[in-house]
Amino acid sequence: MDTPHGRTRAALLAAGRGLVLSFSSIVGSVTLFVLAVTSIAFIPLGIGLVTTPYVLSAVRTHANQRRLLAITWSNVRIPVPYRPFPKDVRGGFTGQVERTGVLLKDPATWRDLQWLLVDMTAGYVVSILAAALMVYPVEGFVLAAGLWRVFTDDRYWYGFVPVDSQATGLAAAALGVAVFATGVLLSERLLRAHFVIARSVLAPTHEQELALRIDRLTETRHEAVDTAASELRRIERDLHDGAQARLVAMGMNLGTVEALIEKDPAQAKKLLAMARESSAEALTELRDLVRGIHPPVLAERGLGDAVKALALRTPVGTEVDVELSGRAEAPVESAAYFAVSELLTNAAKHSGADRIWVDLHDAEGMLRISVTDNGKGGAAIGSGSGLSGVERRLGTFDGIMAVSSPAGGPTMVTMEIPCELS
Amino acid sequence: MRVVLAEDLFLLRDGLVRMLEAYDFEIAAAVETGPELTRALAELKPDVAVVDVRLPPSHTDEGLQCALAARRARPGLPVLVLSQHVEQLYARELLADGNGAIGYLLKDRVFDADQFIDAVRRVAAGGTAMDPQVISQLLSRRSQDKPMGGLTPREREVMEQMAQGRSNAAIASHMVITERAVAKHTSNIFGKLGLPPSDDDNRRVLAVLAYLDRG
Repeated sequence: MDTPHGRTRAALLAAGRGLVLSFSSIVGSVTLFVLAVTSIAFIPLGIGLVTTPYVLSAVRTHANQRRLLAITWSNVRIPVPYRPFPKDVRGGFTGQVERTGVLLKDPATWRDLQWLLVDMTAGYVVSILAAALMVYPVEGFVLAAGLWRVFTDDRYWYGFVPVDSQATGLAAAALGVAVFATGVLLSERLLRAHFVIARSVLAPTHEQELALRIDRLTETRHEAVDTAASELRRIERDLHDGAQARLVAMGMNLGTVEALIEKDPAQAKKLLAMARESSAEALTELRDLVRGIHPPVLAERGLGDAVKALALRTPVGTEVDVELSGRAEAPVESAAYFAVSELLTNAAKHSGADRIWVDLHDAEGMLRISVTDNGKGGAAIGSGSGLSGVERRLGTFDGIMAVSSPAGGPTMVTMEIPCELS
Repeated sequence: MRVVLAEDLFLLRDGLVRMLEAYDFEIAAAVETGPELTRALAELKPDVAVVDVRLPPSHTDEGLQCALAARRARPGLPVLVLSQHVEQLYARELLADGNGAIGYLLKDRVFDADQFIDAVRRVAAGGTAMDPQVISQLLSRRSQDKPMGGLTPREREVMEQMAQGRSNAAIASHMVITERAVAKHTSNIFGKLGLPPSDDDNRRVLAVLAYLDRG
């Protein structure tokens, strides 16, 4: 985009986008602001209680739309500060009242309203300027091309040029060129300025960021505690029903053997064989249990080889690419391992893929893992899917997960966990 | 036959010593840590080493690493590795040099003393003894894979037995077929795996290796 031609194109694109933004600012923001203020003002009358949640969620959609445009058009990232709704909001009128309460208590709501004001004024001016700088010169050229004849009677001002003859018409064209040049230089920056203005109002304050972080920490801590507790219950149950029972049976058999060994050696022999079998089964069960808690290869070799071993056990051909500069902390390794394990199981079971690629590497204090298959796609994070379980597990470590799985495939799951390797 | 034994749990070490002595093995040394094992292997030059994967001081795969290092220093040194769990990854590393004289078994296999002693003897004699679990893991994988998929079910069965380290005679009696039939199957397998005919017994090891490499 460094050629003059490319720069002009980019500027024209920015001008077009500015036009869209200015429209959205003047129509969308004004309407929503009026609606929001009216709705909130009507709360004492009761009507506002019903309408406010709808209006404010429309405001949020509007703001989020702007956030999306900011990142896609000008690469300006505006974080989302909204507090999550409590999960147990009731339905009907009481639910609406509760929602209104939550919305009005969220400082982000008030910042949204402020932004609507800013957007319909400063935001509008900046975005329309980005468009005008590219549109206004057209008039200058048209005047020079002959339109000046229409205005010979009384003076027509194009900028600061009074147009009443061909000479002044040409002057207007010259001014148009100058404006156009300015537009080429500025319109992209103006577009960016529009989003920066929006960010200054919309982005969460430091306190809001902290509050959000605390919310998230509380949530993930609850989940971690729950997961750990249910895991312990599972282990206890498995031990109780499995290995423990078999060991008891074994002891009993051996006791009987002791009594029978002289009276009925044949029967004693049979019981001994049973005892041996029980001990072998108990071992197998204990081994499986250990694999479920902390896989031996992971303990012995670390994440890279553990995932390789996992790949060898996956019924679908799996390639593993490892580039790790060291070992992560044990809990992180374990979370990552089980995440990959779950994803491989998913891919093998549901995707219909015949090839899976796992890539593990670390950079900038992040452990990055991607699992890709060539299956039929259509995987989604949602309630009940194994993927949400993985996401929760990673959440405890501030890890994130992204799933790309268009119908028809391929499916690619990427995960990032902040951690230092040593 | 002189054995060096490495196992960190006293109970197991004691049991193994007693079992091996009962079958007329001479225990050259029974050690409990990796460094001790390395020293014993270098100084005592045993006929066979029986090694636990996980050994102190690191309590990771120290035993396996010591065994691999000892085999690099003395190629073909017979090593039987015991583990609480078996992993194809480790099996592959053990077999990688293609020299044979390797065993990799679950610790549970000592329950059947006869079978276990048979495995030790086979490894000491330069054969292989792979745990049936490693083999069954392999068999459950990608049956459509070429050229593994080119094997008939009968040949796969022979392959499975061969991978565990059994001789033709043992395979024949296990599968209740004649030794000649086994020989026919094995030569078919070698052919399908692209292993040229030779008198070398290591071809069986190479076949297992080719098999493991499908992973």
